[in-house]
Amino acid sequence: MAVVVILVLLAVGSVLFHLLSPWWWTPIASNWIYIDNTITITFWITGIAFTAVVLFMAYCVLRFRHRPGNIAAYEPENRRLEGWLATGTTFGVAAMLAPGLFVWNQFVTVPQDASEVEVIGQQWLWSFRLPGADGKLGTTETRNIVPENSLGLNTNDAAGQDDLIIEGGELHLPVGKPVKMLLRSVDVLHDFYVPEFRAKMDMVPGMITYFWFTPTRTGTFEILCAELCGVGHPQMRGTVVVDTEEDYQVWLAEQQSFSQLSASTETRAIPGKVCSGVPSGVATEQGTGAFTLFEEERECSSPTATAVAASAAQ
Amino acid sequence: MVDVRSGIGEALPPPEVEDVELYHPHSWWTRYVFSQDAKIIAIQYGTTAIAIGMVALALSWLIRLQLGFPGTFELIDAERYYQFITMHGMIMVIYLLTALFLGGFGNYLIPLMVGARDMVFPYANMLSYWIYLLAVLVLAASFFTPGGPTGAGWTLYPPQAVLSGTPGGRDWGIIMMLSSLIIFIIGFTMGGLNYVVTVLQGRARGMTLMRLPLTVWGIFTATVMALLAFPALFVACVMMLFDRLLGTSFFMPAIVEMGEQLQHGGGSPILFQHLFWFFGHPEVYIVALPAFGIVSDLISTHARKNIFGYRMMVWAIVVIGGLSFIVWAHHMYVSGMNPYFGFFFATTTLIIAVPTAIKVYNWVLTLWRGNIHLTLPMLFALAFIVTFVNGGLTGLFLGNVVVDVPLSDTMFVVAHFHMVMGVAPIMVIFGAIYHWYPKITGRMLNEAMGQIHFWISFIGAYAIFFPMHYLGLIGVPRRYHELGEASFVSTSIAELNAFISVMALLVGAAQILFLFNLVWSLRHGREAGGNPWRATTLEWQTPETPPAHGNWGKELPVVYRWAYDYSVPGAPEDFIPQNQPTPGRLSHEAAS
Repeated sequence: MAVVVILVLLAVGSVLFHLLSPWWWTPIASNWIYIDNTITITFWITGIAFTAVVLFMAYCVLRFRHRPGNIAAYEPENRRLEGWLATGTTFGVAAMLAPGLFVWNQFVTVPQDASEVEVIGQQWLWSFRLPGADGKLGTTETRNIVPENSLGLNTNDAAGQDDLIIEGGELHLPVGKPVKMLLRSVDVLHDFYVPEFRAKMDMVPGMITYFWFTPTRTGTFEILCAELCGVGHPQMRGTVVVDTEEDYQVWLAEQQSFSQLSASTETRAIPGKVCSGVPSGVATEQGTGAFTLFEEERECSSPTATAVAASAAQ
Repeated sequence: MVDVRSGIGEALPPPEVEDVELYHPHSWWTRYVFSQDAKIIAIQYGTTAIAIGMVALALSWLIRLQLGFPGTFELIDAERYYQFITMHGMIMVIYLLTALFLGGFGNYLIPLMVGARDMVFPYANMLSYWIYLLAVLVLAASFFTPGGPTGAGWTLYPPQAVLSGTPGGRDWGIIMMLSSLIIFIIGFTMGGLNYVVTVLQGRARGMTLMRLPLTVWGIFTATVMALLAFPALFVACVMMLFDRLLGTSFFMPAIVEMGEQLQHGGGSPILFQHLFWFFGHPEVYIVALPAFGIVSDLISTHARKNIFGYRMMVWAIVVIGGLSFIVWAHHMYVSGMNPYFGFFFATTTLIIAVPTAIKVYNWVLTLWRGNIHLTLPMLFALAFIVTFVNGGLTGLFLGNVVVDVPLSDTMFVVAHFHMVMGVAPIMVIFGAIYHWYPKITGRMLNEAMGQIHFWISFIGAYAIFFPMHYLGLIGVPRRYHELGEASFVSTSIAELNAFISVMALLVGAAQILFLFNLVWSLRHGREAGGNPWRATTLEWQTPETPPAHGNWGKELPVVYRWAYDYSVPGAPEDFIPQNQPTPGRLSHEAAS
């Protein structure tokens, strides 16, 4: 009998937890309310199925538990019942899949008027790039990355010169305008994730991925990395601020373009801040001996690293 | 009503081959250590898997201590935390669940249930275990290498798995892990071929495929899948080892690591994910299908009723096995692969829900109008249905591509897969051990300890993983050593995390009681006799308990009926063994 009570409590308790607990999704700040709706539909269908199965089991245990003289029925198959159950399940599954695919079609269809913003992930920092006055982002190449061109823009691509570069700072977006997030990584997998926007997508070195959304309310939101990217993964946070159009324009005017940044780095070189020049292959491959997490200034060719490299080469 | 007991009244086919002589051990070493007897190999597989599983259990405690009480335990820093989650995941999925279901239960049950004297290739079978043991040792050794084990997450995604930002990436950890997996797959292949060929070629006279117990169908189908899926993991491991050791670029594009250009270029990280999940999704069912099969037999036996819809159950196993090879990319909806793949993989994934649901219906319909004995195996079977239905239904969230977008990489995923391929199959493992322990040892497990073990494990595990879904719904990402301050969550989730951790410690402790019971009952358990559950399948009809070398004495059994003749109207007992020719006569009478 304990089994029956526990099964009923478990089913009822799960439903009550779902309805009454304070833990529920954070208020949405994007157009993907459709995703929330699909989740709600799925909760209803699966919740009913779960409760029904568990309660039916509890009933069976109560009604057909072993007692003296109790004899089980002998019924190997019941084609009709099996057919009905299979058909019902198929409809339930279709009721979840159809809205799911419908919304997915919206998710993968980027509106024509979406503006482009590039997000660059690296261990463990977010950077952003916005198109300049020409409305176009210049091309990039991981091989181009050097200290004075940390996002790897192609310097001979004119479209890139006026691109606005935001390294490690906040990203601002105007409210109510669709935006296509172009995602790029220079080292390992990352994932651009803002819980309030509902959308997320991995960032893969060697390719550019994307998703789109429309911010629907102003505010400051936290960017998380959602794909394991090494020991600093939980600390890889950023901030995205959704502004009114006026505030956005003010912010936009404050940002520096690629050509402005290049000009300033040429005049004031920062010795020791980052390794100057790209070191030789062997040292890079093996030189991890002197690596410490979040070290402000990283030595590239420390004696330890060179020693490791030398011993590995032998 | 359709009669599924196919072949009743047909003449028995003559034996196709003569009974062949087995290898007989000549010394203690060849009898108990380098044994070629599948039953001994099964016990070796089982004890090794449980031993390494205890390491994974201890790791889960450490993981939960960190998540429940962040900052309290200085021992668990970020590097160690990632090493713990990686080793916990890999051990549980590969070295415990796969090894225990196929190497453990497969070895013990296949020859006995199909009526064979042993596996068809006993020597390869023995090698399979020793190579598995080597793989386990290599894996365990990585804890003691410079830099410690890999902390790349059990999915081992490159490039981070082989770079310096990940523990073990530039040290020994990842090399040991990949080597261990390669060794495991080599060993598994030897065992796997054995299981498949034994089921196809080693069955007793009269044991048609459609008379096989569902346990055998589950293990057989899972083994076929494993033989097709593991090669994808094998090549992925070899390629990543080359990338790490020889400087190739299979999975490595141009990379700037911490400001330094690496000498890689042109590779694809997503290629690894496709290879990994082409193995990884079938792997879910490699664990689940044996559990499906075993639980069907537990429910049928302990409800004293034939499994409902046997043929549908067999076809569901086969269809799930087939479909599971075309759903792998549902693990990759937000991986950056072409988003249009989402339509195809969401559809195939949700289609798989239909045969899976049919299996659930048939289990509960077997209970319906049964004669349910609430024995420990039955209790664990009920717990399996509850946790499997729960975990299976949350799979409909994650499989439905657009719903996966907000939930992917959050604690919802962690809760889902623990419920569906952690808790549920382990409930079956427990049920199966309580069920077959009397056959393996001749004694029953202690009932009181078993009851305590059951209630803590079942309710505790549900209390761990059910609320965890809601953490993911809020947006708490997985694989965070410490969430810290986050604007989108209320501080009350700290209490929820602490509650989950306390539950995890408790459930872990209950497993120690279970291990104690396993040892204690060897000597002090009640004498079981040959067939304590009054079951129909062949393993319970052996002349000796535990079964002797060669299983069947002089004469191989002959099979006259399907495995589910429980409570047949008109029969004198509520079960008719498979090797009994007519309902009235018991098999041991027929033999004498």
